[in-house]
Amino acid sequence: MEIQDKENAPTNVVGKPLDRVDGPAKVTGAARYSAEISVPGTVHGVLKTSTIAKGRIASIDTSKASQEPGILGIFTHQNLPKPAKTPKQIEKWRAAQSYLPMQDDQIQYAGQPVALVVAETLEAATQAAALIKVTYQADAPIDSYLDPKAELFDPQKIQQGKADGHVVRGNPQQAYDGAAIKHEATYVHAINHHNPMEPAATLAVWEGADKLTVYESSQNVTMHQGNLAELLGMPREQVRVVTKYIGGGFGCKGSFWPHTILTVLAARAVNRPVKLALTRQQMFTGVGHREDQEQTLRMGATAEGKLVSLVHTKKATTSPWDNYTESNGKVIDMLYACPNYSTVYELARANVMTSVWMRAPGEAPGSFALESSMDDLANQLGIDPIEIRLRNYAEHDHSNGKPWSSKSLKQCYKRGAELFGWDKRNPQPGQNRRGRMLVGHGMATATYPVHSSQGTARVRLFADGHAVVEAGATDLGTGTYTVMTQVSADALGLPPDKIRFELGDTRLPTAPGSGGSVAAGTVASSIMAAAQDVWEKVVKMAVADKKSPLYKARPADVKVELGRMFLVKNPQKGETLVAALGRSGQPDIEGSGTGKYGAGYETQKFSPIEANENSDDKEKKASGHSMHSFGAHFCEVEVDPDLGTIRVTRWVGVHGAGTILNRKTASSQMSGGAIYGIGSALMEETFRDPNYARYTNSDLASYHVPVNADIPDIQIEFVPEKDPYINLLGVKGIGELGMVGVAAAVANAVFNATGRRMRSLPMTPDKMLEALRLPA
Amino acid sequence: MNNFSYTQADKAKDATAAKRDDKSAAFIAGGTTLLDLMKLNVENHGQLIDVNLLPFRGIAMTKDGLRIGALERMSDVGAHPLVVQQFAMVSESLLLAASAQLRNMASIGGNVLQRTRCGYFRDTAFPCNKREPGSGCPALEGDNRNLAILGTSDACIATSYPGDLAVALIALDAVLTLENAKGKQRQVPLTKFYLLPGTTPQRETVLEADELIVAVTIPQTEMARKSKYLKVRDRASYAYALVSAAVGLEVQGGVVKGARVALGGVGAQPWRCFEAEKMLVGKPATEATFRAAAEVALRGAKPREHNTFKVEMAQNTLVRALSEVAAA
Ligand SMILES: Cc1cc2nc3c(=O)[nH]c(=O)nc-3n(C[C@H](O)[C@H](O)[C@H](O)COP(=O)(O)OP(=O)(O)OC[C@H]3O[C@@H](n4cnc5c(N)ncnc54)[C@H](O)[C@@H]3O)c2cc1C
Ligand code: SF4
Repeated sequence: MEIQDKENAPTNVVGKPLDRVDGPAKVTGAARYSAEISVPGTVHGVLKTSTIAKGRIASIDTSKASQEPGILGIFTHQNLPKPAKTPKQIEKWRAAQSYLPMQDDQIQYAGQPVALVVAETLEAATQAAALIKVTYQADAPIDSYLDPKAELFDPQKIQQGKADGHVVRGNPQQAYDGAAIKHEATYVHAINHHNPMEPAATLAVWEGADKLTVYESSQNVTMHQGNLAELLGMPREQVRVVTKYIGGGFGCKGSFWPHTILTVLAARAVNRPVKLALTRQQMFTGVGHREDQEQTLRMGATAEGKLVSLVHTKKATTSPWDNYTESNGKVIDMLYACPNYSTVYELARANVMTSVWMRAPGEAPGSFALESSMDDLANQLGIDPIEIRLRNYAEHDHSNGKPWSSKSLKQCYKRGAELFGWDKRNPQPGQNRRGRMLVGHGMATATYPVHSSQGTARVRLFADGHAVVEAGATDLGTGTYTVMTQVSADALGLPPDKIRFELGDTRLPTAPGSGGSVAAGTVASSIMAAAQDVWEKVVKMAVADKKSPLYKARPADVKVELGRMFLVKNPQKGETLVAALGRSGQPDIEGSGTGKYGAGYETQKFSPIEANENSDDKEKKASGHSMHSFGAHFCEVEVDPDLGTIRVTRWVGVHGAGTILNRKTASSQMSGGAIYGIGSALMEETFRDPNYARYTNSDLASYHVPVNADIPDIQIEFVPEKDPYINLLGVKGIGELGMVGVAAAVANAVFNATGRRMRSLPMTPDKMLEALRLPA
Repeated sequence: MNNFSYTQADKAKDATAAKRDDKSAAFIAGGTTLLDLMKLNVENHGQLIDVNLLPFRGIAMTKDGLRIGALERMSDVGAHPLVVQQFAMVSESLLLAASAQLRNMASIGGNVLQRTRCGYFRDTAFPCNKREPGSGCPALEGDNRNLAILGTSDACIATSYPGDLAVALIALDAVLTLENAKGKQRQVPLTKFYLLPGTTPQRETVLEADELIVAVTIPQTEMARKSKYLKVRDRASYAYALVSAAVGLEVQGGVVKGARVALGGVGAQPWRCFEAEKMLVGKPATEATFRAAAEVALRGAKPREHNTFKVEMAQNTLVRALSEVAAA
């Protein structure tokens, strides 16, 4: 049997702009999000959190609270049952934050849980939480890396030890010193919070002491299951995690946070199913954030604008325990053809919770620095921003010397420029007016890596012509249900409405979560592999079945496309999978398969390595290609020179991201990325009070995310791109790509409009006004 | 949020008497300010007296001007033809506020009584002189970007009223009709309604505990008709003003005959700029005149670390608004 080659594979529904299959359930309310699920006997948990950022709890008085009706338990550090392991001791999966609150009387950050009330009703639990009286002995907290009390240190390793804190390639300092053009700039990024629509929620249901089901707003059910099992000292199969629908996550639901742990422990203690949802305010101190940070980028170039050196440093705030910071350097290392590069991270411990990945972690702020500096360079040389990028176009990945598995960036620049009308741009800053408004045009590059991943899926094809396809993946609301239905439909030759795709349950085959843009490529490949397993079995049945047109054919001579088996040499001769299965008398047939994404796929397909060496790192080394998606953003802004307001008035994004599974959901993803980026560029900022190390705008009226009126029509296109190295279907993830470079594109447009370079995000009207007051 | 009882009043007297008799009671109209603050435990009321059934309705021209019932909704008032045509700045101040959903709920009476958006006031973990007199004002050395630069005190620098409508009302000499538990009504001009923080930032208006707002009346003038509300904010919609200007002009033969000027987002209360108005009258309606008036309007401003920008932004906003009204 010939395995279907995606390059020649006909598709019926893959790529089509199919409406979301979960749309009707969502708009009718039939779709239940984690906090909306109830099992019989469900009771409610409410957290009380610390008002101070540093110190200790002097006393907790629960006497009034416990008189509320229907109180089942009030847990504090004095009586909370201890888990078998703390998050710090969990090895395999790791929580983003190694510190678990409510283990002792110490307070390390504002908003840290100090008590958990469980009551029959949400109202009683809420009221009781308010009635708990906590007194503190407060110390002066450290609020950020900018605090005079803060000490910067060299973490050596960042991201919980997963990435190097120092990277050097070539001889960057020397190259910079000798460069004809030197450019140095510092970029500041405000604290951002993910702020998904759906707050994080946990419903913990124990059946006896050794069986647990958790309905969690999780971007990764396998991660939650693994962490819970280790934390509780239970076998993994005794812990089930279910997440059917997620109302956005952006990274904050992809880690293991205290509220989940506390809810599970409390549920066991009260012997009732406990549901706990963070309030919007608690979302600011419960599930991480993008850290406050500044980066300095020194860029050395030849007189023609060819980069010779990139020297990058970053300072950021981290928590008292963990060395998390986004890897801003990665994108600076790989995006252009530059022979010398270095990055160094410095962190300062402050009384804040551990920050965590937030959509395009590292790439988003890193590209803001790089792509703003590139714009300066173009301006300094008097050449077009696209031209400066073409002069430094990386024909291979200079960070590791490998060729690209595919790269369509030149096409993206070209097509984007065409769609936008880039040739009409006035390169002279501050010259373009529309009424009173200063108008500017800017562009920037987008890129995101293909992270290695793998997962499994199960396909069950029924003789009556429908199928159930399963993988323990998640759908953030971005379309996993829909695109996997499409992939399954084509793999089995069935219409999409004959497919039921199930996800979000650890009882299903293990699949990656939604994070690092790996879900689509991995899960689609797993489904394809599982379908191929079914094909093989049905082909075997057919060639042994007298009634089949394929009777007595050699399986190797049979090909399957869109659910139809036929002879390679005589395509007329064949039949559908369903027809053959129907004759067999067997009601259904099941197949399963493992799909790999990224380096693992390439090594498996092209240069298999020893099984015992099959670790991610080895795979990466063994794979011959560097794998990234690329794109280009073009935008227009209007700046009010008197009021300092900046509005984005036009947006074009053109991307190359391999096979596009659904044009509609993919475009929505890319528009969403642009909108998320515009938010961070123009308005998103959480203010941490310098004296109290506590946020002052923890709600959605004060933490501004873009509203419709902030967002113009966004035009998205994908350039056709085939990549044989990344996975069975040539799919590249698109969850984060669309955000990378967005802030720089806006800043570059603002520069073109005003002649002022904005290097501090968000670019709010006060900062714009101040810049306009200074000479250009 | 604490437990509370809820009653619906169908007579003003029942409402005001109930409020007089229960110190912990509060009136509730749309609830868009009140319930937020109760959920945050910033306000803890034992009883809510729903006033929505009271007959404080209607939008009609009277001999004193346009009378708007206190229970009319922001969306209805903002879109009313009389308001749109004769009181442009009022309509704009309403329609540029909050979101459509909030405007459909929120009442005119509740609007003028909305409370500050100072982040410290809204979070009981912080000290705050307005919420807990004598506890301190962390905003002085903290997050003061959205706070006031005029009329502030060492005790409080909040924009006690952070919204829009009252800025327009104060510019146009609008008058509130109040009624107390004795059934007695009194008229209070908006210019006398709000209190500066001084040493008692917890006292925000002259409204007595047993008083209801019945209506607001806005005198009909050329300056009300030829007017504009200009709002500058961090995002294009659904945000409080960083700075706003409510201006009305009467111009004859290129000369300003009358002017109404107020600012939002900069004052400890909605900020009427009498001096600026005085200096506009009799001058040519030119940008130079407007610029000079804007400078006068911001004279004495006391900005803090994060809101120094408001001086220039408010001046430019005033100039822009005046220029646009003059040109219209
Ligand atoms: C997210 C958000 C954004 C907002 N943005 C803006 C904005 O941009 N601009 C703006 O102007 N406003 C804005 N607002 C404020 C909004 O306009 C007010 O909340 C609303 O107008 C209050 O009216 P209400 O009827 O809901 O008042 P309620 O919440 O019912 O009452 C508010 C207060 O007034 C008292 N009260 C109500 N009616 C009477 C009466 N007749 N007599 C005496 N006392 C009374 C209540 O006891 C209470 O103390 C925003 C609000 C929110 C929540
Ligand atoms: S400015 Fe006023 S409201 Fe804000 S913290 Fe100070 S006293 Fe409280």
